[in-house]
Amino acid sequence: MELSTEVQMDLHRRMVRIRLFEEAAGRLAEAAKLPGFLHLYVGQEAVASGVCATLSDDDQITSTHRGHGHLVAKGGQFNEMMAELMGKATGYCKGRGGSMHISNLDVGMLGANGIVGAGAPIAVGAGFANKYSENGNVSAAFFGDGSTNIGAFHEAANMACALKLPVLFICENNEYGEFTAREKTMAITDIVDRAAGYGMPGVIVDGMDVVAVHEAAVEAAARARRGEGPSLIEAKTYRFYNHHGVQNLGLKYRTDDEVALWKERDPIFTFEDRLIDAGTATRADFDQVWAELRADIDTAIQFAEDSPLPDPSMVLADVYTEMAPMEGAPA
Amino acid sequence: MTRKLSYVQAFNEAVRQEMAANDDVFCAGEDIGAFGGVFQSFAGLQAEFGERRVVDTPISEQAIIGLGVGAAVTGLRPIVDIMFMDFICVAFDQIVNQAAKLKYMFGGAATIPLTITTGGGGGLSAAAQHSQSLEALICHIPGLKVVHPSNPYDMKGLMTACIRENNPTIMIKHKRLLGMSGEVPEEPYEIPLGTANVLREGNDVTVIGWGRMVNEALDAAERLAADGIDVEVIDPRTLQPLDSATIIESVRKTNRAVVVHEAVRFGGLGAEVAAQIQEEAFDYLDAPVGRIAAPFSPVPFSPVLEQHYLPSVDDIQAGIRAAVARPGV
Repeated sequence: MELSTEVQMDLHRRMVRIRLFEEAAGRLAEAAKLPGFLHLYVGQEAVASGVCATLSDDDQITSTHRGHGHLVAKGGQFNEMMAELMGKATGYCKGRGGSMHISNLDVGMLGANGIVGAGAPIAVGAGFANKYSENGNVSAAFFGDGSTNIGAFHEAANMACALKLPVLFICENNEYGEFTAREKTMAITDIVDRAAGYGMPGVIVDGMDVVAVHEAAVEAAARARRGEGPSLIEAKTYRFYNHHGVQNLGLKYRTDDEVALWKERDPIFTFEDRLIDAGTATRADFDQVWAELRADIDTAIQFAEDSPLPDPSMVLADVYTEMAPMEGAPA
Repeated sequence: MTRKLSYVQAFNEAVRQEMAANDDVFCAGEDIGAFGGVFQSFAGLQAEFGERRVVDTPISEQAIIGLGVGAAVTGLRPIVDIMFMDFICVAFDQIVNQAAKLKYMFGGAATIPLTITTGGGGGLSAAAQHSQSLEALICHIPGLKVVHPSNPYDMKGLMTACIRENNPTIMIKHKRLLGMSGEVPEEPYEIPLGTANVLREGNDVTVIGWGRMVNEALDAAERLAADGIDVEVIDPRTLQPLDSATIIESVRKTNRAVVVHEAVRFGGLGAEVAAQIQEEAFDYLDAPVGRIAAPFSPVPFSPVLEQHYLPSVDDIQAGIRAAVARPGV
């Protein structure tokens, strides 16, 4: 597949947006400006970007505890995202969700999720609604290698295949479930081996190569839109920071050498080098992208810091959807 | 106007009428399609509406609820069935952490018009994993609504309201009431969620019960009437939100209260009702609020054991007598 310059620059831009948002969030967390937990997506940018570039706002995604990258790639705006991380009233979730539940239904992002594996069944439900409504949309479930050990993933994958739903299962295999290496928690090396058990095609792609991810996603989405059912894409990738936060209290569960090797394969910098070598873009083009997006991040941080905190009296709002009084209902 | 339907037929009619009225309504669950469900709750619906709208699912309770949550948040109005109430435990993450919380966590942006239907209650020698009354667990979760009808008329009206409701609701069908017959209007109607029903008026004591137990309480009240004890019987019908006002108003009149339920006493919903009564009607009470409920054990299998375990009309009668025997203040 020959990607146009426009598509390649779009893929690049999505990745840089994620990188800059996450780096900023990490700095703010270290400065104790973000309450709660923070799971950074740095290193895995090619996966969310490659997949979401083939989805429209009407296609849905479900995400994980490491969800900022998915929302950014799906079109989430920095201002509302940064405000949500700070617990402000102007955040996407009015300060009720935070990092782990960040969402924006307008761009089809059905939520980061604090429960490992829980997004997949919801993506299946969205896929069911798409097929039911014959709207041509697809849903994509992002999940980690660790969540394929959870029953919810198995149930979701099997049901999606049994009902032949337009769903993409996107496994981001970053080799660690929290702080425990994948090889200690499963007897297989490749998550994609599980696809056959559900009767769906599965492919392994280099999760540090945004073009490879994108091409696989384009094919899986097209297949789903043709009514041929779900696919599994396993993207081999790596998180550059820790499971939680940036430094993780200095605790070690990966060797420095291993981290350094993966960082040499940085999905953004390697892609830039390839595009420059191919004559598709110049260093100056990229510098301009970074500068422009850095300015957007600075604006977002300012927006979030200037935003009001939620009014404590609103704590009970939106537990339920209010129903209009029914005509003729007994008092 | 004297047409009679069974409890399960009333459920079925509510689903059928709402499906006919609204293409966004669909049903999914184990064995509900060609087979019509193990309790025949969905009998005939797949024949009428097709496989697109009445979906046989794998035995996958987490994915069944997830299917409902995902379809609801993207615009449909799902009815998903969990065969036995005990099996909600298999799907508790999707019910408690997802269905109940998405709206709140998303700052109000999500709407989840999802109805979860399930068969609860004992009395069929179905033993410890197919007989439980777990309403206290789900009523404890902000974001959910819970209904438990005690008769065919309420079943149709409450099920219709659940389907039209824009929040996740759990409809508990009592398995021992499935064949109960009663008058049910043919036209669609709603019983608003959160409205209790005073099934019997009386002045001496208020009995609050739901599901099968409120019918047993009515029997106990009839028997006690012969001894001159005038019992008021209230069926909340919706357990979350609870119509506390109707209960409090009654207790302020009768000055005595007894709560009856099939679930175990410890931590049961009766404890919440009793606590609300003492908070709101303390100065009116002539006796402690009584609780008639199952003892603290799993539901046993052998009929003789189960009969002993479940609250009976005799147990309820004794509990009411104890409440009225206390001298008034």
